[in-house]
Amino acid sequence: MPDDVKKPTEESSGVSRRDFLKISSISAAAVPLIGTRVVEAAGTPVKVYGPGRVPVELTVNGKKHSLQVEPRVTLLEALRDSLDLTGSKRVCDRAECGACTVMMDNKIVYACSVLALEAQGKQITTVEALMQGGKLHPVQQAFMDHDASQCGFCTPGFVVATKAFLDKHPKATAEDIRRGMSGNLCRCGTYHGIQKVIAQFTQKGA
Amino acid sequence: MPDYSWPQPENRNLIGKRISRVDSPVKVSGRAKYTYDYNPTGMLYGKILRSPHAKAKIVSIDTSAAEKMPGVKAVQIAQKVGSTVQWAGDEVVAVAAIDEATAEDAIRAIKVTYQPLPHLVSDAEPPAGAAEMPGPLSFDDLEDMLDNQVRPREMAEQIQQYGITFKPDDKTLEGLKSDGASDDVLAALRAAAVHEDAVSKPKSNYSKAAAQTQGEPDKAFSDAEIVSEGIYGAPVITHCCLESHGATPEWTDDDHLMVHISTQNVSGIAGQMADPIGIPAANIRVHQDHVGGGFGSKFGPDRWTIVATQLSKKAGGKPVRMMLERNSELEVAGCRPSAYARVKVAAKKDGTITGWQSQSWGTGGPGGGGMPPIPYVFNIPNQRKEHTAIHNNIGPARAWRAPNHPQAAVITMGALEDVAAKLNMDPVDFFLKNIELTTKDRQNVYREELAIASDLMGWKNKWKPRGQNVSGNVARGLGLSVHTWGGRGHASDCDLTLHPDGSVDIKMGTQDIGTGTRTTILIVAADTLGIPMDAINLFIGDTLYPPSGGSGGSTTPGGVSSSTRRAAVDARDALFEKVAPALNAQPADLESVNGTVRVKSDHNRSLSWKQACSKLGAMPLTVRGKNPDKSKPPDLTNSGVGGVGMAEVEVDTDTGVVKVKKMVAVQDCGLIIDLKMAESSCYGAMVMGISYALFEEKVMDQATGRMLNPNMEFYRLAGLNDIPELVVHMMTGKSYDERGVIGLGEPPVVSPGAAISNAVANATGVRVPFLPLTPDRVLAALGQKAGA
Repeated sequence: MPDDVKKPTEESSGVSRRDFLKISSISAAAVPLIGTRVVEAAGTPVKVYGPGRVPVELTVNGKKHSLQVEPRVTLLEALRDSLDLTGSKRVCDRAECGACTVMMDNKIVYACSVLALEAQGKQITTVEALMQGGKLHPVQQAFMDHDASQCGFCTPGFVVATKAFLDKHPKATAEDIRRGMSGNLCRCGTYHGIQKVIAQFTQKGA
Repeated sequence: MPDYSWPQPENRNLIGKRISRVDSPVKVSGRAKYTYDYNPTGMLYGKILRSPHAKAKIVSIDTSAAEKMPGVKAVQIAQKVGSTVQWAGDEVVAVAAIDEATAEDAIRAIKVTYQPLPHLVSDAEPPAGAAEMPGPLSFDDLEDMLDNQVRPREMAEQIQQYGITFKPDDKTLEGLKSDGASDDVLAALRAAAVHEDAVSKPKSNYSKAAAQTQGEPDKAFSDAEIVSEGIYGAPVITHCCLESHGATPEWTDDDHLMVHISTQNVSGIAGQMADPIGIPAANIRVHQDHVGGGFGSKFGPDRWTIVATQLSKKAGGKPVRMMLERNSELEVAGCRPSAYARVKVAAKKDGTITGWQSQSWGTGGPGGGGMPPIPYVFNIPNQRKEHTAIHNNIGPARAWRAPNHPQAAVITMGALEDVAAKLNMDPVDFFLKNIELTTKDRQNVYREELAIASDLMGWKNKWKPRGQNVSGNVARGLGLSVHTWGGRGHASDCDLTLHPDGSVDIKMGTQDIGTGTRTTILIVAADTLGIPMDAINLFIGDTLYPPSGGSGGSTTPGGVSSSTRRAAVDARDALFEKVAPALNAQPADLESVNGTVRVKSDHNRSLSWKQACSKLGAMPLTVRGKNPDKSKPPDLTNSGVGGVGMAEVEVDTDTGVVKVKKMVAVQDCGLIIDLKMAESSCYGAMVMGISYALFEEKVMDQATGRMLNPNMEFYRLAGLNDIPELVVHMMTGKSYDERGVIGLGEPPVVSPGAAISNAVANATGVRVPFLPLTPDRVLAALGQKAGA
């Protein structure tokens, strides 16, 4: 089992383009191995995964899963295709629409833009975990009461984003939440219902 | 004869109330399974190599390296060598592999060479003299049409209308047949006029339709007290369904197919797949539980589903998931045709409109596209209209929510509002002044709606003449538009079964595209049977169930509610027949209310629903309700609605940014089944309207012929932060109810673009001709005004 992947910094993936070229040439010449190898790049050791499938361990909704996926597989693809957790949707596939929103260690992330490898060692929570004992979470109930879904494809992402935002900012104003949630998009135009969901919780919290 | 008519208000327990949609719990919890979520064991992943050229001949295809790759299970050529691709992103070769990564690698290993051909992706105004009346069709034209999957009926009509340039001998016809020409097309060819002399004439990208004239337009303009001229239009936009198009077909044996597909047309898919796949439609089962948006773009299997089916066959029948990537979804799976027009309107000083003249143009991709219905809503007595269709390489057009109406509204309502501004008239008064130019049946609807909308907007207090509500760099304005749509109910069969234990099920091959079809069916059935909605098991989305029409043109509520009502009335009455002896009454004396079957005049003589159903005997009872059904009157659905949209905007005259501050929708849709969902349809339509009015455009690169914004970052949809106060008022009451059920998907999306465009004109004092009203366009229009 591989060690935790080093979290890339925000500025770069931690590997410069020149390093990448070096690594590529090494990879091309090397015999494919299962798991990771470490190569020297710009004077620092860098882990290399693949080519081919590698073992990945994910903790999703409190349960550990061992998978074999290609290093390029995203958390979203792993959730949907390997674990059949299909509540998170694949829509834009590049961090624009929020339909794949999940929680990673209590922080919302776009699962389409996190590699499955990077999600190891984190607590992943998906929309499937919100309903407890057959009962809708209050945020889910509010989405139903205010008719905040039509085709419903964006809805799970919106539900997770709303819950996460309210958890973190219980005293947020409606304006704060509207801005905080503008990372999710809907095509049917259910925003009026979503605004009412938000109003319900902010008025309660106020 | 049983009474199928809709119950009177006092007898409606559910119909017309605010009821939460029944599929909300599965949707909010992520448990709803969409086609994209279907994930069977052993499933293969399909990918498609797409043309990088907007128009090119395929010279060679080499798939050998891909076929040898471990994990690749099948390779299928979608368009063979010698075919001409007509838009960038068109399908060329497809692969199926054990996982997505392998499929991607395989696609990269395929080598295709193209001979690029000159393309056109612009839909700018046709150069003078470029437009031609279409001529006879050559053999190549027909091959291109087959490549482009032009519908057989359309092909046959064109062959009949324009003739052909070659002799349709048996060998030629055989060749066309093997390339997919249907029997109708072949018959049309045999009967076609042959013009062999017209052979070598090159085809223009611009085809002109015959001018349409009504009344005396020349006289109207020479007599006019004022004439207003302008240019208006709306670009090509895409559907951008959040669940992309696609399917997962699998062969259950050598000649039986199971297709999970993202569609608006469950009952209509098998018939479209039978020919290209070569098995009877009866051998094709189609299934779909939920669909992540369609908006008019998901009626057919499309080439990718056919190709995925062929891949599945080659891979021993294994399921092949072929869902489009986002860029392909935006490039090839949805184009709303554009429409632009130079318009002249003649009017009297009192505001009476007397004449209309328009030169319009637009594109619907390779097929060209027709003239939008202009002038819209107002049947101006004297008209002359000319239209030029641009045949270009942007990709095939698809119906987009209320096809052609939003474009017609932008053109017409813009031109009319310009007349009002020229006369210094309040547009509400101006529209009312001309209301008699609208269909007679709807004049009072529009009058009533305009009054309500004005109140809800606060129009009288807020409206000021053009450009006169400016403080600093903020210009405020109001705009309005009116619209119409047909509706009617599509064909629908509904099987309703009462079981002796009291349980009930309904089976119908319809689909719920987010419009609440499940909820509609259950409300009608439960209200009719007098039992709770959750006492009924509803099965939809499968060809195992009786056929029901595609969800297009706002025809679903009328269709499914009518067939369900007839089935439920018949089932209820059949139950009354069985129960009457036990209650010592005549069947006609019984009613079913709140889970109890009882004698109308003596409620103490009653049986619980369960006890009543036990009288059915050992076997369940199934009845079939149909729509239309002339043998079971009355007609429960209707056609022709009216609506009004109003918008209030703020325009930053320094930056050109338009912000919508408030929108009002007032809408008639006959008898409302669920008020909550009806309002949601209107709220959603206003949001979609803000999106296409301010942001959406399929931007094409003239040099490469490719779409520049095939992603959701640059193909921008409105977000939560773009949404202002939205107000919806549904017209209800006797005169609306008694018309029957009419669909609501299309109408409320028509007016927002025109209303916002008019509000921006009112705010800034200048017309921004084309949607979307982006900052650059607003600033350009303001600059022209300053320079004038």
